Amino acid sequence: MANSLPTEFDVIVMGTGLPESILAAACSRSGQRVLHLDSRSYYGGNWASFSFPGLLSWLKEHRQNSDTVEESPAAWQDMIHETEEAIPLCKKDETIQHAEVFCYASQGMDGNIEELDALQKNPSCVASSTLIKPLDSTSLSEETHSSHITSYEVPTKDTPKNNEEITDTAETSVKEEYCGYDTYKHTLSDGTKDEIKPVLEDNSGPPKRKRIAYSQIVKEGRRFNIDLSSKLLYSQGLLIDLLIKSNVSRYAEFKNVTRILAFREGKVEQVPCSRADVFNSKELTMVEKRMLMKFLTFCLDYEQHPEEYQAFTQCSFSEYLKTKKLTPSLQHFILHSIAMMSESSCTTVDGLKATKNFLQCLGRFGNTPFLFPLYGQGEIPQCFCRMCAVFGGIYCLRHKVQCLVVDRESGRCKAIIDHLGQRINAKYFIVEDSYLSEETCSSVQYKQISRAVLITDQSVLKTDSDQQISILIVPPVEPGAHAVRIIELCSSTMTCMKDTYLVHLTCSSSKTAREDLESVVKKLFTPYSETEVDKEELPKPGLLWALYFNMRDSSGVSRSSYNGLPPNVYVCTGPDCGLGSEHAVKQAETLFHEIFPSEEFCPPPPNPEDIFFDGDEKPSEPLGTSNIVMAKLESSEGSKNLESSGKHLQN
Amino acid sequence: HGRLKVKTSEEQAEAKRLEREQKLKLYQAATQTVFQKRQAGELDESVLELTSQILGANPDFATLWNCRREVLQQLEVQKSPEELATLVKAELGFLESCLRVNPKSYGTWHHRCWLLGRLPEPNWARELELCARFLEVDERNFHCWDYRRFVAAQAAVPPAEELAFTDSLITRNFSNYSSWHYRSCLLPQLHPQPDSGPQGRLPEDVLLKELELVQNAFFTDPNDQSAWFYHRWLLGRDCFFPQLIPRTPCLLLKGTVDGGPGSPLAVEWRTPEGRNRPSHVWLCDLPATSLNDQLPQHTFRVIWTAGDAQKECVLLKGRQEGWCRDSATDEQLFRCELSVEKSTVLQSELESCKELQELEPENKWCLLTIILLMRALDPLQYEKETLQYFQTLKAVDPMRAAYLDDLRSKFLLENSVLKMEYAEVRVLHLGHKDLTVLCHLEQLLLVTHLDLSHNRLRALPPALAALRCLEVLQANDNVIESLDGVTNLPRLQELVLCNNRLQQPAVLQPLASCPRLTLLNLQGNPLCQAEGSSEHLAELLPSVSSILT
Repeated sequence: MANSLPTEFDVIVMGTGLPESILAAACSRSGQRVLHLDSRSYYGGNWASFSFPGLLSWLKEHRQNSDTVEESPAAWQDMIHETEEAIPLCKKDETIQHAEVFCYASQGMDGNIEELDALQKNPSCVASSTLIKPLDSTSLSEETHSSHITSYEVPTKDTPKNNEEITDTAETSVKEEYCGYDTYKHTLSDGTKDEIKPVLEDNSGPPKRKRIAYSQIVKEGRRFNIDLSSKLLYSQGLLIDLLIKSNVSRYAEFKNVTRILAFREGKVEQVPCSRADVFNSKELTMVEKRMLMKFLTFCLDYEQHPEEYQAFTQCSFSEYLKTKKLTPSLQHFILHSIAMMSESSCTTVDGLKATKNFLQCLGRFGNTPFLFPLYGQGEIPQCFCRMCAVFGGIYCLRHKVQCLVVDRESGRCKAIIDHLGQRINAKYFIVEDSYLSEETCSSVQYKQISRAVLITDQSVLKTDSDQQISILIVPPVEPGAHAVRIIELCSSTMTCMKDTYLVHLTCSSSKTAREDLESVVKKLFTPYSETEVDKEELPKPGLLWALYFNMRDSSGVSRSSYNGLPPNVYVCTGPDCGLGSEHAVKQAETLFHEIFPSEEFCPPPPNPEDIFFDGDEKPSEPLGTSNIVMAKLESSEGSKNLESSGKHLQN
Repeated sequence: HGRLKVKTSEEQAEAKRLEREQKLKLYQAATQTVFQKRQAGELDESVLELTSQILGANPDFATLWNCRREVLQQLEVQKSPEELATLVKAELGFLESCLRVNPKSYGTWHHRCWLLGRLPEPNWARELELCARFLEVDERNFHCWDYRRFVAAQAAVPPAEELAFTDSLITRNFSNYSSWHYRSCLLPQLHPQPDSGPQGRLPEDVLLKELELVQNAFFTDPNDQSAWFYHRWLLGRDCFFPQLIPRTPCLLLKGTVDGGPGSPLAVEWRTPEGRNRPSHVWLCDLPATSLNDQLPQHTFRVIWTAGDAQKECVLLKGRQEGWCRDSATDEQLFRCELSVEKSTVLQSELESCKELQELEPENKWCLLTIILLMRALDPLQYEKETLQYFQTLKAVDPMRAAYLDDLRSKFLLENSVLKMEYAEVRVLHLGHKDLTVLCHLEQLLLVTHLDLSHNRLRALPPALAALRCLEVLQANDNVIESLDGVTNLPRLQELVLCNNRLQQPAVLQPLASCPRLTLLNLQGNPLCQAEGSSEHLAELLPSVSSILT
């Protein structure tokens, strides 16, 4: 099939991350012939979301990836003419590092068979196969239940031997390690099974939380949609505007984040941010309510009242807040949870701007300023890809590109050569930066993002409803360190199985992800161990499973730091550390205008009724109608239409 | 050929125009047909069909709803119960679709009320659900609130449930008059007072809880009126705020003292203005024969022919008049006696409002509430403070300056009345008080000397006629333009109106009815400048011996 790819395009896009996908949609929408390729087997690059087995195989891929030996650049060399030069592209993805997996849930009694079934359907599940091995021997499976904490560490190191190490671990025994939560230290082969009774049989006492075993997570693995980059959409942000303007919103469904949380003095609290929140808050005194509302109202049009902050432009925002008669808890709320700024570095004006931005987003779709796409963040790039395809873009996954072909005379790139040796010509080339070879990127400095993905059994702040979507900022303990952003998703976001929560932690890296984030994880969660469940009420939610990894953050890299790229090759960056996706949208729009200065960026698609085929006056079938509709946006439009039709009649 | 094309904007506009024309034609044709059929008395299903086409697009066409009701009434007689049930079901569905077009259509909601009212077994649960849905979309849709109250009443929904419903909507958005108002209806139902107590009062604990809720609202957003109104209702409900007890008939007795006691006398009662209409003051003359000069005092019982109210009135020897009024004490005239608990509540309300005022010095609702609370607590003690708050309030709310001036005048007059010792004061000084209106004049029945100088009065209002004993009235240095109230004052001798704005001699016409007026000072009024004014005045007021111009 790949052989039958056309050889002439206007634009070739490599990588299906968010900025590339937006660009592909924009180009296709403005009538360009677009070829959109990705060497990976999934859409979205580092913006993707995975099911649980999918995530495990992604982890495996990354481990193997670092293993692959560079092929000799042989085949495609012949296809380069004398007047041409080749820029080889990167063969492996090095954007993910230091991945570490921990499992705290027991293997489960009943789930074994189904688990095996499930795994057979997903033979690529390597990380879980490391866990499955001991279960094959009956003597070990019993002991799995009796262990309190079972931690399976699967370290990923940069050594090429890594892959072997893992298979070793899997085959010999699963190492149980002391992982800092508790004092036990025993291996599975220890004979400790008699000491502790299996909890499931103990039916006395108050009703307990539902036990969740690892086998259940695996069995229900397809219910998970785990984002690699944890982000939210600002209700008034660039991405929402673009989704609405381009009508791409019809391909996705969203939920409002239901609460903003703060972590203060060891406690998780809900931040009242909207008028209704402030009114309903039981924690705030009347005067605090007034002071908070007064400050927030001022922030909404702070530009109009320069006298209020002019004297503090040189101070940090936190200093400024201290002068506003706000109590310490309100100062904390505003600085960390509303402005989401760091204590030391944020200036007054930046803080006011961030607060204003937050407040402007409030109330558009609900009581918080954020939206989360159902089925995960990975939906968004795919929506744009769909838009691109609707307007004729051609898609190929698992399609590697070996090199860019540059015309010596003009210095412009004219074609690519793919892994099948096909040469495909185009005028413009858009490349995700992870496709660029080490040589091209030799002078580039990258930042890193520390990420953790947790599966937990309870919310960090329990309320009447267990279906909450929360964002929580944990400020750094020492000044100068980075705040950790936590997004907790409930099962109704379609990102995790029932009775579990999917928790994403994100911060700028100073060390490896685990070193950066583990202390926060410890503060908020306890390992899911059986003895503690017996206690009346657990103060902290239990941690079932955890993954740490570092992701490369190339968002700050300027185009000029790449060596020898032709002018018609445009580079898109991977996800940044920010909460919104404004950077990606801005980048896509800027690049689009560089390529096509006179074209409109993602204009609204025409009304299906206004589309017809030449020589055929009948309106065609509506373009790209989808069964998934963004309910809220659609309904407001719907009511508008109703109104106007009513008016027509009245007129 | 076969390529995708998009219509140009002109083509689109043209298509729209055609479509609109088409619609208009259909609409007019349908309307005409309906009217013809109605005139011909053909009230059948075809009319239902036609009206539904029109109302579906424009639910505010009231005549067509009437038409529909006529048809339905007709069909009720003709159809079998089963057919009727399907008809009603279709009608309810149709109404819902109309409400989706316009959720604030009077006609549609009314039609639904009418229809539900006629059903033998209406499904009220479904209607409540419908209301909840519509209020979710727009929590301030008062049409729907009205309908909900109708449904709740019909279905006898327990007030507690409805209260919980208002809770949930207030939680979402407290700027909701309807929701607060509904609470004010539900709470007295939930906490009925024993028969003897005043209706509508709330038990202390409920009151405090409501006060806290509403304080949360106005501390969160002090500019939101709905919460302040509810706050005022809560406090006013318990007679915290000054209320003039309206039924205060006063009696003035007049006549020479002689004659003896006897059986009930039938007397003629009249109002001071001589017109028979509701009045605070009623007068009667006693026949001279009924009084005995020798007695130190006469005690009269006033017996109403209708009702059982009785009043006692004492006429002292040598006095020309006596009076009585409703049993209200001075305090009760303007406010209720406060229990200790009540005044504690008020005091703490005042404190939190003052706290809020410090944070929001320019919030008019807060300032006004402080003034009202102070009046409820102790009008005399807080008089000075109240006046200061009035000044601030006028500065922050200049649009309502005149209203505030009037309110301030009212309070000052009330204070003056309170300061009078049992209304026995005969000389009252109300000068230099910046008064803009006069009120509560019926409380000053026995005043003989009244000083209203140096105020901002624009008129001496008709109510002034109640001051039957007035002998000297000083009203100089005001901005008086009319004198309607200076009429029929039997004892008025001296009237000072210097430096006012009396334009024409004709405005002095009412003075002619005051038989004893001898001195009239009009210096510094525009009418003095007019040529021949003194002649004109002499002609108008022949009995006034000295008119200074």
